[in-house]
Amino acid sequence: MTATAFPRGAAIAGVYEHPSRFSPNKTEFQIMAESAKGALDDAGLQRSDVDGLFGASMSMGMMGIVDLAEYLDLYPDYLDGTNIGGSSFVAHVTHAAAAVNAGLCQVALVLYGSTAASNSMAIGTGGTGGSRNPDAAFSAPYGMTTVGSYATYANLHMDTYGTTSEQLAEIAVTMRQHAGLNPLAKMRNPITVNDVLESRMISRPLHLLDCCIISDGGGAVVVTSLDRARDLAKPPVQLLGCGEAVQHQGVGYSDILTIAAKQSGARAFEMAGVKHSDIDLAMIYDSFTITVLATLENLGFCPPGEGGNFVSNGGISLGGTLPVNPDGGGLSSNHPGMRGIFLVIEAVKQLRQECEARQVPNAELALAHGTGGTIGDKHSGATLILGVDR
Amino acid sequence: MSAIEHPLPFASWESRGFWEGAGRAELVLQRCQACDLVQHRPRGVCAHCLDDSALTHFTASGSGKIYSFTVTEQNQAKGFAEACPYVMAYVELDEGPRMLTVIVDCEPGDVAIGSRVVADFVLQTRDDAEVFAVPVFRLS
Repeated sequence: MTATAFPRGAAIAGVYEHPSRFSPNKTEFQIMAESAKGALDDAGLQRSDVDGLFGASMSMGMMGIVDLAEYLDLYPDYLDGTNIGGSSFVAHVTHAAAAVNAGLCQVALVLYGSTAASNSMAIGTGGTGGSRNPDAAFSAPYGMTTVGSYATYANLHMDTYGTTSEQLAEIAVTMRQHAGLNPLAKMRNPITVNDVLESRMISRPLHLLDCCIISDGGGAVVVTSLDRARDLAKPPVQLLGCGEAVQHQGVGYSDILTIAAKQSGARAFEMAGVKHSDIDLAMIYDSFTITVLATLENLGFCPPGEGGNFVSNGGISLGGTLPVNPDGGGLSSNHPGMRGIFLVIEAVKQLRQECEARQVPNAELALAHGTGGTIGDKHSGATLILGVDR
Repeated sequence: MSAIEHPLPFASWESRGFWEGAGRAELVLQRCQACDLVQHRPRGVCAHCLDDSALTHFTASGSGKIYSFTVTEQNQAKGFAEACPYVMAYVELDEGPRMLTVIVDCEPGDVAIGSRVVADFVLQTRDDAEVFAVPVFRLS
């Protein structure tokens, strides 16, 4: 289907990133509630204004969104508990904007919370669930892990295009540099390419420092109409384009180097009517270094196989060709299991020029792309293009 | 480093042909005789025709080549933790589809994308003493 212009009229009016990186005394829902308050305060709205509730988490299952409404004692007119992995919250913003534009709700709250770190959750190397899980019937017997799946992608990329471990390491180094500018980031000490290459191998060719950290945390985003947002506390951030897609093994013939971002990104750019060179910063889900490289190529910021050069020599640093994840990303700032909501939050803060030392000067147009699930195996992708109000 | 202890696969009506084939040391795939699709993983229907009227099972050659792989150095799951490092790979079967598997009895350094491989079948014993077979691959 050809993408048409996204109906302009929805905006992000408030955001909040929970400052915690380790919260052994909090629950997921508590983190979500505190984040909700933060984002509503940011927007200048009240709890009683909320009539749309969106959320997902690592443990929310069937009825999870109803459990969340109960916890918050909310009675919204519109509910969406879509869970497509870590990209869910990027997709929730699209769904919320669509609901607002359709008049189904007026003030939508998107929530995430997690205590992955204080639960000592083994996210990347815990194996593929139980072998009794039908979903894992053909992966659990073979020792599939999350990092292992990304590693098959990285290995094929290296074999096909000559991408090197040094180039992947550059991504980790840049994220750590950015984290050094973010007072909330969990890992702030600078690292070098050699540090990455000498860190323990987890799943060849991915080293420990090619992998995101595991933290606690959460956040919230408030979506409302552009008109309403203009009367609220902070400058509105407009939704200009969006896209969602999946990639998977299909019936056994999928090209794993093509990821969901290719489809969702093309639609988002077409809707927004902007060029890649117009984008001032990109928030790219960085579960692993290879995720960033794969996503940049598939979104079209560089041709397939050119990602290694694109990310080298400061290409994705503040001041580079395309600043990526000024907050330090999941590799260094925070990764509480599902990171998508932080992609949106940081993009909004950047477009509101609130990021101090890590601010991309005069940022007017940002792209956020979330990946959910595992590249190399099956995953979802959700892209947003956001812009300042003008 | 010890051999992988494969967990008992979840076998359903849909995948019964595959796992029963493994028990006979045969790699079994599905082909739809209406549209000629060879599909893996197995399903109760042809994914393209959305029905089972022409869906058949056949014994594949068991030969293929490595599409991509990783040497897993860390997996906390039971049966794999002690077997690290092991080679997990996507094998592109000569009949077309790719399947996730492990490459056994190899030096990880000898494995390359494009390497020719052949199926083998590892017998595993369940807690209740029932024996089941898991298709794996080795360099050919």
